[in-house]
Amino acid sequence: MSLLNTMKNQTHKKSKMKTDIRKLLNERILILDGAMGTMIQRHNLQEADYRGERFKDFHKDIKGNNDLLCLTQPQIIKDIHRKYFEAGSDIVETNTFNAQQVSMEDYDMQHLSREINLEAAKIAREAADEYTALTPDKPRFVAGAIGPMNRTLSLSPDVNKPEFRTVVFDQVKNAYLEQAIALIEGGVDLILIETIFDTLNCKAAIYACMEAFEIMNKELPIMISGTITDASGRTLSGQTIEAFYLSVRHANPISVGINCALGAQQMRPYIEALSNMAECYVSCYPNAGLPNEFGEYDESPAAMGSQVKDFLESGFINIIGGCCGTTPDHIAEIARLAANYQPRPLILIEENN
Amino acid sequence: MSKYLRLSGLEPLIITPETNFVNIGERTNVSGSRAFAKMILKGDFESALSVARQQVENGAQVIDVNMDEGMLDGVASMTHFLNLIASEPDISRVPIMIDSSKWEIIEAGLKCLQGKGIVNSISLKDGEEKFIERAKIIKKFGAATVVMAFDESGQADNYERRIEICKRAYDILVDVVKFPAEDIIFDPNILTVATGMEEHNNYAVDFIKATKWIKENLPYAKVSGGVSNISFSFRGNDKVREAMHSAFLYHAIKAGMDMGIVNAGMVEVYDEIPKDLLEYVEDVLLNRKPEATEKLIAYAEQVKGAGKVNERDEAWRNGTVEERLSHALVKGIVEYVEADTEEARLKYPKPLEVIEGPLMAGMNVVGDLFGAGKMFLPQVVKSARVMKKAVAVLTPYIEEEKLASGNTQAQGKILMATVKGDVHDIGKNIVGVVLACNNYEIVDMGVMVAADKILAKAKEINADIIGLSGLITPSLDEMVHVAKEMERLKFDIPLLIGGATTSRIHAAVKIDPCYSGPVVHVLDASRSVPVAGNLISREHRPEYEKTIKQEYAQLREDHKNRKQDKNYITIDEARKNGAKIDWKGYQPPVPKKLGITVFEDFDLATIRENIDWTPFFSTWELRGKYPRIFDDAYVGEEAKKLFVDANLMLDEIIANHSLKAKAVIGLFEANAVGDDIYLENGTVLHQLRQQGQKGEGVSNICLSDFIAPKESGIKDYIGSFAVSAGFELEHLVAKYDADHDDYHSILAKAIADRLAEAFAETMHALIRKEYWGYAENEQLTNEELISEQYDGIRPAPGYPACPDHTEKATLWKLLDVEKNTGISLTESFAMWPASSVSGWYFSHPQSKYFGLGKIYKDQVEDYAKRKGMDLAVIERWLSPVLGYDN
Repeated sequence: MSLLNTMKNQTHKKSKMKTDIRKLLNERILILDGAMGTMIQRHNLQEADYRGERFKDFHKDIKGNNDLLCLTQPQIIKDIHRKYFEAGSDIVETNTFNAQQVSMEDYDMQHLSREINLEAAKIAREAADEYTALTPDKPRFVAGAIGPMNRTLSLSPDVNKPEFRTVVFDQVKNAYLEQAIALIEGGVDLILIETIFDTLNCKAAIYACMEAFEIMNKELPIMISGTITDASGRTLSGQTIEAFYLSVRHANPISVGINCALGAQQMRPYIEALSNMAECYVSCYPNAGLPNEFGEYDESPAAMGSQVKDFLESGFINIIGGCCGTTPDHIAEIARLAANYQPRPLILIEENN
Repeated sequence: MSKYLRLSGLEPLIITPETNFVNIGERTNVSGSRAFAKMILKGDFESALSVARQQVENGAQVIDVNMDEGMLDGVASMTHFLNLIASEPDISRVPIMIDSSKWEIIEAGLKCLQGKGIVNSISLKDGEEKFIERAKIIKKFGAATVVMAFDESGQADNYERRIEICKRAYDILVDVVKFPAEDIIFDPNILTVATGMEEHNNYAVDFIKATKWIKENLPYAKVSGGVSNISFSFRGNDKVREAMHSAFLYHAIKAGMDMGIVNAGMVEVYDEIPKDLLEYVEDVLLNRKPEATEKLIAYAEQVKGAGKVNERDEAWRNGTVEERLSHALVKGIVEYVEADTEEARLKYPKPLEVIEGPLMAGMNVVGDLFGAGKMFLPQVVKSARVMKKAVAVLTPYIEEEKLASGNTQAQGKILMATVKGDVHDIGKNIVGVVLACNNYEIVDMGVMVAADKILAKAKEINADIIGLSGLITPSLDEMVHVAKEMERLKFDIPLLIGGATTSRIHAAVKIDPCYSGPVVHVLDASRSVPVAGNLISREHRPEYEKTIKQEYAQLREDHKNRKQDKNYITIDEARKNGAKIDWKGYQPPVPKKLGITVFEDFDLATIRENIDWTPFFSTWELRGKYPRIFDDAYVGEEAKKLFVDANLMLDEIIANHSLKAKAVIGLFEANAVGDDIYLENGTVLHQLRQQGQKGEGVSNICLSDFIAPKESGIKDYIGSFAVSAGFELEHLVAKYDADHDDYHSILAKAIADRLAEAFAETMHALIRKEYWGYAENEQLTNEELISEQYDGIRPAPGYPACPDHTEKATLWKLLDVEKNTGISLTESFAMWPASSVSGWYFSHPQSKYFGLGKIYKDQVEDYAKRKGMDLAVIERWLSPVLGYDN
């Protein structure tokens, strides 16, 4: 079977989107957005801004609950999406990195997680539709972001009780299930499970997505993006990038990739390994370098661009964007470079044993 | 990129055609490794982890983890162990195989694995629907799965069945579930060969052929299996086993076997197997010669070095008197023991030296073999019979000696008794026999022994240990009482607790805090020996006592913490969520014969037809379901022998009419009023309702839900019964006891118990078909009866659905049981004779058995009021089911 036929088949089976993203992925490298947090910081929001009118009497400090801004400052969030589309992003992520019940417990806002996801999806949807209308030949997509959660299924916080866990699988899965359903209802095009440092949390998210698809009777492509935390080349929960890929492959993801923790330079060997083995598209969205002594990511768009250029040249990449510290300027530079390169071709599965 | 099986732990494991055979470590398996089971049961997870680590270090590429053990909370143990493994990178680098026959344990395991592991296993055993449902869940977890060649009609044991089932499973998985074909691993059943049964001879050949067929016909599927099964008949002979494993693997791998659960230390290098042994082994595996098994057995005897003689020939009679005594003890042969003992007595300077010398040496061999799982309980009891006969020969001479020389010391004295109010003693007698085999002096006070009597006796004989036994729940309280008395009277000797309703957790939570000396729960006879050994030993006791005290304190602590997250609802809420039975338009069947009917001397031959043999084997610590137990490679032979002995005795009992069965039944008009059942003659049956928090659509049941409520205006009925098959059992047993024959004595009691249960089953059928008559046309086989495939239930007071034993008093009055049958009640409401069963009959097709679970104060207060009993008194009777501290 030829490469083209395989893709056509996949396209035929999977697509329910207006414009099939797989078709685009075969044609060119797609651009993801950059950091949300960095952009929010620019607004220098105070406690009162986070609270808005609705939560002005809330019993707990909520400054820092960025996902809540979908409810209290929707205009700011929508403007950030617009800026990334303006810079050349094909896909933006919803502002929902922590928007599930387990993480929201930090703010006593578990009950809002569904609403935040719904609103976040709507805001991003509106921004995307706006830009698709402006440039119909460049359709824009929304990825519903599912973050790693503030508690982990594979690690014990207590060194003396290594078997102890602060959460159990069903709790994590159910929190993600509620999030996934709300994102789908809100109208996202893809699900992006990202910044995975514990593969078991990711597996719970995959399980939740599969359940959500059954419940909603609608299947969306899943993007999966893990995080290699340091030069050991392993996830925080100890897996090599190969083992990580094999552990999430059953999600039948549209893409796998790496984001966060490292700058592009440090990421190279792992992106290369992934690119050599993944049977789906490969994504990458590094930080703007490593944090400086003030904890800021300060790699310039040009410096980051030259690193990214190497990945593009090597044919590792199908989807590229930025994580912590990246801005619309970084994305514009990355988009400009990516336009010059061919996307990585898909690996075929041989049908012999 | 090819469709390979690709697994992962912290690191990937990709199985390509070039991959050699994949070794799956088998030692982290509680049902396969006694050592590992002990560690887990003790909660020694440190050592358990080192077993896992060792396997990986020795080259296991996957490790199999199994927590299927009756005493374990499988879900909790699996979770605990896998979580620990997750924190050990040198172990968790390899993929995990989650091995369980229980689905909930498999699911719990899947919830702990970040890598891509293997489920072991699923099969079509429970039908397609379950199979598909489970495969779908495994797929969502992204694991590979082992599929056993098992279907609705059982395990595949020939070539045709193996490939038929594997093909069917494959098609369902690939076409219906869309399960990745490369993630399917078939286990076409490695079964034991050389068992002496002709139909087993082709097992290895069939497996190898099936493997080849699977690899050729089911694309991408893999083949695995548990290798050590093949050589089970040669347990204890590692040389032959190792040769069998490697020869088997050699052929199976050539046929395409990809992986297997093996103990890497138990595989000989194929080329290093001595040529003659290899030929014998391959003759057996490949079923090349009809006499192959005989030849290999002969060879096995030879390589063992012992040159063990065949039981059938009498050559052992040529040995020395010591050798003869030892042989007779190990083999349980009574014929010559009296003559041999007499010969030994004349040879040794003192008669006591015969016991301390050759007899104890023989019993030590028995004890060791039993401890190592190489002898089974029925054999041990037979050995004890030989011992007792020998001792009986010597006793008069020893007494004479004693008079001349003063006293003697045994290893330790153990006082045993079934507590006040309880009449059950089979388990206690077995423990007594096993301990006696290990050179303890056993003083058995029998059944229904009050605390003051036990303690006075303990002082009198200067006992080293007291062992208490009981079967019914009120005995638990009596044991607490004994412990308190021991404390008050300043005892410090160990207290052992055993019997069906006792448990480690009860001993830890309720008994241990009452007594400052050691309190130890003993699960079964085989465990009594090490416990007694540790407690008697001056050297080990302080350390052991400390460990047990700490362990029980920890158990209490865990128990306390666990209790806090138990969910329950108020009795009012529970009542609102009672069983949903639509009474509108329901016409309860009208009994053909209302009132009381008495059965004098029921025909035993009829009752015998309904015996459920499985519990009989479990009394003897032979685990397995009848009749499949006979095919069990481990206990099959012994089970067969025991079954023959039991049936011979049954023949004799029936022919001589040496037991009598009596029964009384009654059927009455009744209606439910709240949770109680009101009979038209004024009797009120008080019932309890489940108070656990239930899931959506699950009711909080009470037995009264199955009877039409008064306000429905519908006339309904209830039945009750008391049966016994234990009359005149004492005479039968006395005969055996006089002959020092524990084996037949225990056998008789176990048979009487089975007859009583079978009698209850017989009577229930009679009720359904004739006396109540709502199922006149029912035609069920004994298996269907045992699995309760009929309408209606017969719950017994004191058991899970209605745990209040005091309700038996009402039943006794209602049927005038004592006058009508002679069955009486003790102060703890145990029935005498012990081989008796009583209970209620419900006819509603939706009635079902259930466990009450824990109940709470609001219900208990109400219940006390309804029964007109003091709250504190009823709380004592209900203490095992109370969900709160009283």
